[in-house]
Amino acid sequence: MSAPVLKIEKLGKAFREYGMEWQRMLSWFGFTQAPASEHWVLRHVNFEVRAGEAVGIVGQNGAGKSTLLKLVTGTLRPTEGSVRVAGRIAAILELGMGFNPDLTGRQNVRYSAGLMGMSAAQIEQAMPCIEEFAEIGDYFDQPIRTYSSGMQMRVAFSVVTAIRPEVLIVDEALSVGDAYFSHKSMARIREFREQGTTLLIVSHDSTAIQALCDRAILLDSGSLLKDGPPEEVMDYYNALIAAKENASVQVTRHDSGRAQTISGSGEAVVESIGLFNSVDQPVEFVNVGEQVRLRVRVGVREPIARLVFGYMIKDRLGQPVFGTNTFHTRQTVEKVEAGQIIEYIIAFPMNIGPGSYSISTALVSSDTHLVDNYEWRDLALMFTVANADRDYFVGIAWVPPAIEVHCKERCVQ
Amino acid sequence: MLLAVWRYRHFILSAIWNDLRTRFNRSRLGAIWLILQPLAQSAIYALILSRVLAARLPGINSQYAYVIYLLAGMLAWSLFAEVVMRCLTIFVDNSNLMKKIVFPRMCLPLVVSGSALVNNLFLLVATLGIYLLIGNEPTWTWLWLPVLIAITLAFALGLGLVLGVLNVFIRDVAQVMVVVLQLWFWLTPVVYMASVLPGPAHALMHLNPMYQMVTAFQETLLWGHPPSIKGLIGVAMLSVLLLGMSLLLFRRSSADMVDVL
Repeated sequence: MSAPVLKIEKLGKAFREYGMEWQRMLSWFGFTQAPASEHWVLRHVNFEVRAGEAVGIVGQNGAGKSTLLKLVTGTLRPTEGSVRVAGRIAAILELGMGFNPDLTGRQNVRYSAGLMGMSAAQIEQAMPCIEEFAEIGDYFDQPIRTYSSGMQMRVAFSVVTAIRPEVLIVDEALSVGDAYFSHKSMARIREFREQGTTLLIVSHDSTAIQALCDRAILLDSGSLLKDGPPEEVMDYYNALIAAKENASVQVTRHDSGRAQTISGSGEAVVESIGLFNSVDQPVEFVNVGEQVRLRVRVGVREPIARLVFGYMIKDRLGQPVFGTNTFHTRQTVEKVEAGQIIEYIIAFPMNIGPGSYSISTALVSSDTHLVDNYEWRDLALMFTVANADRDYFVGIAWVPPAIEVHCKERCVQ
Repeated sequence: MLLAVWRYRHFILSAIWNDLRTRFNRSRLGAIWLILQPLAQSAIYALILSRVLAARLPGINSQYAYVIYLLAGMLAWSLFAEVVMRCLTIFVDNSNLMKKIVFPRMCLPLVVSGSALVNNLFLLVATLGIYLLIGNEPTWTWLWLPVLIAITLAFALGLGLVLGVLNVFIRDVAQVMVVVLQLWFWLTPVVYMASVLPGPAHALMHLNPMYQMVTAFQETLLWGHPPSIKGLIGVAMLSVLLLGMSLLLFRRSSADMVDVL
């Protein structure tokens, strides 16, 4: 195990308001003054990040994510506890900061890079790479005010990542910009990671977190709620959002060693779930493209005005492969009585690539689990897809190809 | 701290350069405005006031003497006023940077000083040019000018930064200072001569640091006398005190500063 690059101990940050500003000023010189109000945005946060780790930070708005990042970058000072960082930090907090609209892209690059602490020689050395990476052509020597926001973003990203930092902090910036550049910037972030850069990413995009990170941290109203594998934390986070409707969240260790999160108010529950093949035998291993049926038995405990059943197939990283619900298929069940049993049978061809998958189920009243969440069950079922009789292919989707090869000149087939 | 500033020397230079460049980027005359603006201001004062005051400028017969007198005073005052005003809002203006990037904060006042010095240098060259143009000889006392400029700058920085830190927390400071600076200008003998004042007022004036600096500029530029060493040492000591205070104040407040920006 390598040494921690980032060590956060008992970190806390409070914003203090004073009745009179001179009271604040007195407090700088040791005259303790009771502030009129004190608002803790972050408290008792402890964690360590090792070199080369990629950590995603998730949490609802106001959970303290941005404050945490600012404390790590060093622009905010902790009220209590400490943040220790070994090495250079680069932060993509809000791109395009400090750009002067009247100066050209090149001049602004020089200015921003200088602000980041690069020497003149380093800047001149990095300039061709920055220009090349930004790919904005002749605009690079035009005033920034003539740029589109996407172009500004490109220049800003290129500057911040001109030199590989030991720690790279990314705040919601991944989704900005055009698709081409966002792929390109993701590729650069991945490249840094392979070279040993530690990543700290804040995002609401669970796919980005699960694809990039090998660990996630969940913040909720200023404290660290959960720290673990991204899939587990994201499941817990989803459950937490649903649980705002005074329901319980329960995490158990699944047979496979993965954590299973079940949440909901419990008016309806999944009693049994199974995957069956074409001859109605329960299966755990499924061949690519095989016709299967998912059977789910739902028991109703209390009367419900409307019941919607939803399911989602996730890959081993927890990323959604396919999901829908009976709201979208217009098959909701109205006025369900307590004690009733409802069976859902979903037939579909297993058109997904080889690998291990899980199915999550949701029992809700509308198309999201945020209104009434009767039950949300992650890892309700696990199964494996194997490629037994198809030609070799890679990927999570089975898109049956018909390849024709026409030789125009003489060639050997 | 000084080491960090040294590492950022290229940034400071490029920031000063950018500062000057953006100010006149899209104007046709560009950098010429640096000289034209203070000259125009002096010309206005000269036009309006020379008739009234020229007669009272003792010891020099040249009809242009008042213009030089005015320019010498403006040289000191404009440096002082520019640095104080920019330092007042230095943290508020750069709040965006302070909130997002970690860099030695010391760079900010250095950039302000640098760009104010460049402005002042243009004005100085113009003043000396006019002085020679109207048929005067250069004097050895001009060698005092770098010292005078340094002390004026130090005083302005010290005062401006103390107020600048306070202004982050109490924004009224900057508003009040706009008025105070105007009053201060008229309490300093830039457009008039200190000797026109009655005795007690004249004695009080010695307490005004800018009186010391403005008269020092006038002595060296116009009269060819060395400035009053006693006065200069007084202002220099006051400047060191203010600079020390601003540093202490900044250190103590910096944890709170970004929170309220």
